[in-house]
Amino acid sequence: MSGYGSPATGVVVPAAPMPAQATVWAGSHQAPLLDAARLALARDLQLAFRKRGQLVQPLAFFAMVTMLFPLAISPELARLREIAPGVLWAGALLASLLALEFLFRDDAYDGTLEQYALSGQSLTWLIFAKTVAHWLLTGLPLALMAPLAALSLGVSEAAVPGIVASVAVGSVALSLIGSIGAALTLGIKRSGALLSLLTLPLSLPVLIFGARATQLAITGGPLRAPLELLAALAVLGVTLAPLAAAAAVRISLE
Amino acid sequence: MHDERLDVESLHLWRGDRHVLRGVCFSLASGECLQVTGPNGSGKTSLLRTVCGLMYPEAGRVLWEGRDVRSDLRTFHCALVYLGHEPPLKADLSARENLRYWIGVRHRFGAAALEDALERVGASPWCERLVRTLSAGQRRRVALAGLALSMVPLWLLDEPTTNLDTEGQQLVGSLIGEQLSRGGMVLAAVHHELPASLRELRRLELAA
Repeated sequence: MSGYGSPATGVVVPAAPMPAQATVWAGSHQAPLLDAARLALARDLQLAFRKRGQLVQPLAFFAMVTMLFPLAISPELARLREIAPGVLWAGALLASLLALEFLFRDDAYDGTLEQYALSGQSLTWLIFAKTVAHWLLTGLPLALMAPLAALSLGVSEAAVPGIVASVAVGSVALSLIGSIGAALTLGIKRSGALLSLLTLPLSLPVLIFGARATQLAITGGPLRAPLELLAALAVLGVTLAPLAAAAAVRISLE
Repeated sequence: MHDERLDVESLHLWRGDRHVLRGVCFSLASGECLQVTGPNGSGKTSLLRTVCGLMYPEAGRVLWEGRDVRSDLRTFHCALVYLGHEPPLKADLSARENLRYWIGVRHRFGAAALEDALERVGASPWCERLVRTLSAGQRRRVALAGLALSMVPLWLLDEPTTNLDTEGQQLVGSLIGEQLSRGGMVLAAVHHELPASLRELRRLELAA
């Protein structure tokens, strides 16, 4: 280490015009955790509405997949009804995978994740807020679109509430599981394929129970059991996924 | 209030088979500025990232107020702001929105403080424009506004004067001067020397 810099030459530093309260460091004004999480959520929502293309892409994909089946297979309603749960859920799973790539990518590039990690707030909560935003922007719209897709597959209107519920709850689990995969693949270029490879096996229980719930909703059976299993997966995801994703994000920043 | 102090004890950092930091030691007391110089690839950025806890050193410690920061990273992070060589801004938000989210996640501030900070860096006329339409120098100024807005004792700055015009470079100097005069500390990795008029300007030279 070397000594002090040379004394003042030329450049004049103006006398600091500081307000009186400025000498107090912000430690005392630390934003409450919930405010910070709400800001992180609001930021993602606002950004998503500024970049609508990215928002619409997975939804358009879901609509196309589910609407191509009746055209490709047959207009026979009984047959379509039979494959409807599989089509709906495979479509929803792939659409949510498609959206996952964007979950952390931009934030990793522009240094937002770094700032979150250094914010003095719980990174786990901020990541959770991001995942909630992600669900609001993909999972929820998918659940709202599911009835349309179901109707195009010849499903009766009576099944609509059950289908919406199963997609809504199942997509919560999908977003949370996906957040771990997205965080783990952060440091990797062209991570899309690896992300699917990591996330798909973990998502299979959601696919199985979701399709089962949808099937029962269509046939009018009791769909409480698979719905509860989906909810259990979602709760497990809420408690564990943000922790794992935050740890993975931290590693990616190193 | 003026008992903040940063001590860095013989940091060793390896990246793959490169020994990037070889026993870096320094300490920084209230009102001091240390500029880290050295050729490209000498580990200036790595030093800053290790000090703020993003990178794990193989050996050595970072002490904040005498305590190892690893034992309580959260408290340490509340006391610092780190500005990397790219301003952490969203291209699709305006300058003002960016600041509101970026600094708002950290701590509370009033609307007036936000306007003051924008005014201070000369960003008021274009603070409603989306960051994607701003020049690199203007983005840097927005990042500086974030610095002015975050009232924390320790600033870690990576090339704070990049892309700035002469007036902007003086702005960096005066912001640092204000930070020091209120008892803060600045650790800056620089290529261009910071304005020499700053009191307590020390230099740490990293070898290639």
